[in-house]
Amino acid sequence: MSTVAIDLTGVRKSYGDKIVVDGLSFAVASGECFGLLGPNGAGKSTIARMVLGMVAPDTGKMTVLGEPVPARARLARARIGVVPQFDNLEMEFTVRENLLVFGRYFNMSAREVEAIVPALLEFARLESKADARVAELSGGMKRRLTLARALINDPHLLVMDEPTTGLDPHARHLIWERLRLLLARGKTILLTTHFMEEAERLCDRLCVLEAGRKIAEGEPRALIDEQIGCQVIEIYGGNPHELSSLIRPYARHIEVSGETLFCYAPDPEQVLVQLRGRVGLRLLQRPANLEDVFLRLTGREMER
Amino acid sequence: MREGYAAVMPANAYNWVAVWRRNFLAWRKVALASVLGNLADPMTNLFGLGFGLGIIVGLIDGASYIAFLAGGMVATSAMTAATFETMYAAFARMRAQRTWEAILCTQLTLGDIVLGELAWAATKAVLAGTAIAVVAATLGYAAWASIIYSIPAIAITGFVFASLAMVVVSLAPSYDYFVFYQTLVVTPMVFLCGAVFPVSQMPSAFQRVAGLLPLAHSVDLIRPVMLGLPTGGIGLHIGALCMYAVLPFFLSIALFRRRLMR
Repeated sequence: MSTVAIDLTGVRKSYGDKIVVDGLSFAVASGECFGLLGPNGAGKSTIARMVLGMVAPDTGKMTVLGEPVPARARLARARIGVVPQFDNLEMEFTVRENLLVFGRYFNMSAREVEAIVPALLEFARLESKADARVAELSGGMKRRLTLARALINDPHLLVMDEPTTGLDPHARHLIWERLRLLLARGKTILLTTHFMEEAERLCDRLCVLEAGRKIAEGEPRALIDEQIGCQVIEIYGGNPHELSSLIRPYARHIEVSGETLFCYAPDPEQVLVQLRGRVGLRLLQRPANLEDVFLRLTGREMER
Repeated sequence: MREGYAAVMPANAYNWVAVWRRNFLAWRKVALASVLGNLADPMTNLFGLGFGLGIIVGLIDGASYIAFLAGGMVATSAMTAATFETMYAAFARMRAQRTWEAILCTQLTLGDIVLGELAWAATKAVLAGTAIAVVAATLGYAAWASIIYSIPAIAITGFVFASLAMVVVSLAPSYDYFVFYQTLVVTPMVFLCGAVFPVSQMPSAFQRVAGLLPLAHSVDLIRPVMLGLPTGGIGLHIGALCMYAVLPFFLSIALFRRRLMR
């Protein structure tokens, strides 16, 4: 097994005049969690579909688990588990039947599937739901079943397209915990997300995308230090333009987004002193995060 | 580009079975309602037309009208069962239910899925067609053994019309478009192809058109067997039906690739 799980070189895709992926290159090492981070429409899902061989690039080269894609994508998919953006479980089937039917798509016998079902149900915390119809499950349970289903062929690589979108915080944390367990077992994960927190918690490295172009790549912490490298003060209320001229001497950088003013300050105290006594302002001082990196690189906020 | 089409064709000779079994499992949960729904329409036609018109028509080719009609209804019910299974159920699995999307994430290809869907639709056609034949045999309008001989022809008929409907599915933006195929292609074929009256009743130009249509070949294979008459031109009929099954099959895969994998 090669140590590079996914290798994209100069991949480009356009629909008519609209360029969706613009000369993208990145490599994902075996055993790492690589994130594709960007707002809706940045091209994340298209890239995930390309890796699976479901979209052919106009130009560029792709290798996934040693197979050229899309030409031999089927052989790569035999060792990939997929968690799609939208649940596509069999609603009228039971949890167990879903796993059985999906196992058959990988040429597994009923006996082979039955042998691993208990472990998959335990992993997904669905032991008590084995014979429940999927239609009766909650949103979080359905996502966990989708994750268990993706593991049925004991994949080397997991491709996850926004795995926690639409989940409540509790369900989301449970998924994150399961994903960390998979990483500890040596699985490789390609994750698309527009949640900064998700990317920061899970990804070893990530690629920030905007309109199909890579605008930054690296470890989350390193990207934050490199692009921001100081504390952030969020200021709500007041006139952003008047305030920004007031605090500009003490700020490394200032961004205005909507009615919020983001002040990147090496010495936050200095800024706070300037704003002391002003009525109607709400201030929040916090460490920098990926959200700031994105704002810094694109000049606009990521959709939440 | 050629490589791209090669990658979506059926990967091997057995991958499709998993898709067939998925559909079988789903069908088992609603089997009774499904069987009744499939049988009601052709039965109504068989008895309504058979007894009603049978009084006026008298004998055709030495057989009673209802015995003549039975072969046509077997072919017609196989056609409608396969057509409807593909147009409505397979379309739903492609679109609303996202079943195909899930399968495309496995080691199956688009061609494997389409082949599995065709085999499933043909299975339902065999169920529907055979059921009519059983009723006809029970009432003495056909020999029991003839059912066995007509099953392969019913199965090919199912494949043909599933395959044709699959092309319609690959092109249709929504359910609303299926009605055109149904009213402009499927229903006229019932009357053009000798299912309810002999093709020889029509002007010669219509007869030539009928000779090109798949249902005519199905009827010409199934009816003589059920009436215990010699079947002429078996090779021609089977060849024509195979062409109608295979060409749309590959065409639909190519069209689905353009639709789903862009």
